[in-house]
Amino acid sequence: MQEIKKMKIAVASGKGGTGKTTVSVNLFYFISKEWDSNVRLVDCDVEEPNDVLFFNNPAIQSREEVYQLIPEIDTEKCTFCKKCQEWCEFNAITIVLKLNFAEVDASLCHSCGACSVACEFDAITEIEKPLGTITGYQTGFGKGLTEGCLNVGSSMQTMLIKKLKSSVDDKDYLTILDAPPGTSCPVVETVADADYIILVTEPTPFGLHDLKITVELLADLQKPFGVIVNKAGLGNRDVYAFLEENNIELLGEIPFDRNFAVSYSSGDLLQNIPDKTTRVFREIIQKIKRKEVVK
Amino acid sequence: MREITILSGKGGAGKTSVAAAFASLAKNVVFCDNDVDAADLHLILHPEIKETHEFDSGTIAKINPESCTNCGLCEEHCRFDAIHPNTNGMPEVNPFQCEGCRLCERICPVDAITSVQNNNNHWFVSGTRFGPMVHARMGAGEENSGRLVTEIRKKAKEIATDKKAGVIISDGPPGIGCPAIASVTGTDMVLLVVEPSRSGMHDAKRLYELVKSFNIPVVALINKFDINLEITAEIGVFLDENNIPLLGKIPFDPQLVESMVKEQTIVEFSPDSDMSREFGVIWQKINEIKKNDDLCCNQ
Repeated sequence: MQEIKKMKIAVASGKGGTGKTTVSVNLFYFISKEWDSNVRLVDCDVEEPNDVLFFNNPAIQSREEVYQLIPEIDTEKCTFCKKCQEWCEFNAITIVLKLNFAEVDASLCHSCGACSVACEFDAITEIEKPLGTITGYQTGFGKGLTEGCLNVGSSMQTMLIKKLKSSVDDKDYLTILDAPPGTSCPVVETVADADYIILVTEPTPFGLHDLKITVELLADLQKPFGVIVNKAGLGNRDVYAFLEENNIELLGEIPFDRNFAVSYSSGDLLQNIPDKTTRVFREIIQKIKRKEVVK
Repeated sequence: MREITILSGKGGAGKTSVAAAFASLAKNVVFCDNDVDAADLHLILHPEIKETHEFDSGTIAKINPESCTNCGLCEEHCRFDAIHPNTNGMPEVNPFQCEGCRLCERICPVDAITSVQNNNNHWFVSGTRFGPMVHARMGAGEENSGRLVTEIRKKAKEIATDKKAGVIISDGPPGIGCPAIASVTGTDMVLLVVEPSRSGMHDAKRLYELVKSFNIPVVALINKFDINLEITAEIGVFLDENNIPLLGKIPFDPQLVESMVKEQTIVEFSPDSDMSREFGVIWQKINEIKKNDDLCCNQ
């Protein structure tokens, strides 16, 4: 039998609150039960990671502090030539010759390393500064959850997502990546090496507007994707018209149901799953499985 | 004049609907949509664009294959893993991964790399039926959304000063990363919109931690409070413990989505609904808070 590389599936949305986490957690559950138990869920919404809230007593498997490199300037060696300041595209370095002053603003630093290369006097050393944590959890099924959690106050979310992804890179696992909302760099980082992307939207004007810009992004990135309409029944039919006009595959619909909203709010997505939810996710998984064969 | 920034941590908690409701209630106001990543407020306020500005979000490296000698130095030094060999084995920059640090350009021994200005991002000054609005449109996958937020907030402040407006309502981004930090820095008050779910509460707490580190006054409202009364009560306790005034609780009502479909604020669509009444009370309470009132965050 020919060996197939296991799929990486990213779940993204543009608008927040459309149901990325609901879809990711359910997919993880149903894939582990009905397709492949070698599946891992990765929470890439490092600013606000929530996936772990939906598992019953998840046991911590591993916990790793991750760091960002921030330059430190040794004013004994520094000649205040300002070359590092000129090379820093992010305005993170201030040098004042008259005052023998050299300082780095860590909150602006992107850790690109340009200043270290620029310095001809060996005055710059890069020091590790905490960025966040990567935690592995046992979830009782599948291969567990890995979560990235950004330290409050850090603005380097994309860097943490990159480190999170490399920490779970394993071709023997099927991977589900739960993306942050939006369409900017952290989302791009999350979906960058995904084989297939599931966009979750809601049939409202806000949902549709943000779906459109996310579709644009995925077209730019040349990524295959399909759409799940969550909270179906609310709003209007415009999102369906958009999908049809643009030949975008509708993977499934999750009907709006106040009871479902209530279970979500309590973190009980995986307890007493309603039959219709099971049917929806079974169908979605069948459709995604076919993508793997096509690949 | 003061700026009120609406934030939630979690996406979909109702920030934009709250900002829109206030639009109907506020007088002499300027709007600023800080959610530059996935801006939605314009779908309700219908801004008529008066000025368009280009936002310089930095540069992206480009390698000239004619002069490149494939020495590998750029790929080795790029910390963002943005340079990969193409099908011909020559190095190529992935524009989505390049952060524009220009290190590769500076170290290339044969000057084969140039930086191309990125002009995919625009911001606008507009008029709406409720007052002036500053908003933006970012190209997909762009960097530096934090700097763009800083730029449009500066413009909103200028307009507000010019027009002697009493208040700027800033609709914030989700999360606690760079655009959220850029939204919080130097604002006068944060209105925390909390949804009564485990995730809503978890995210609001992280956001509060961020706002607290900036020492900015915080007030809160609970949206869709009747979806989970137990968690609503827990949020109440959390707010209480941290001396965050709870200004009101908005019930869940599908009319909110209907108003969105009609491109109206909830106050325009259904002025007599419980929701609209509650928004009226909350807006009044916000106005009663004096600028120097001692609100939390000072410990």
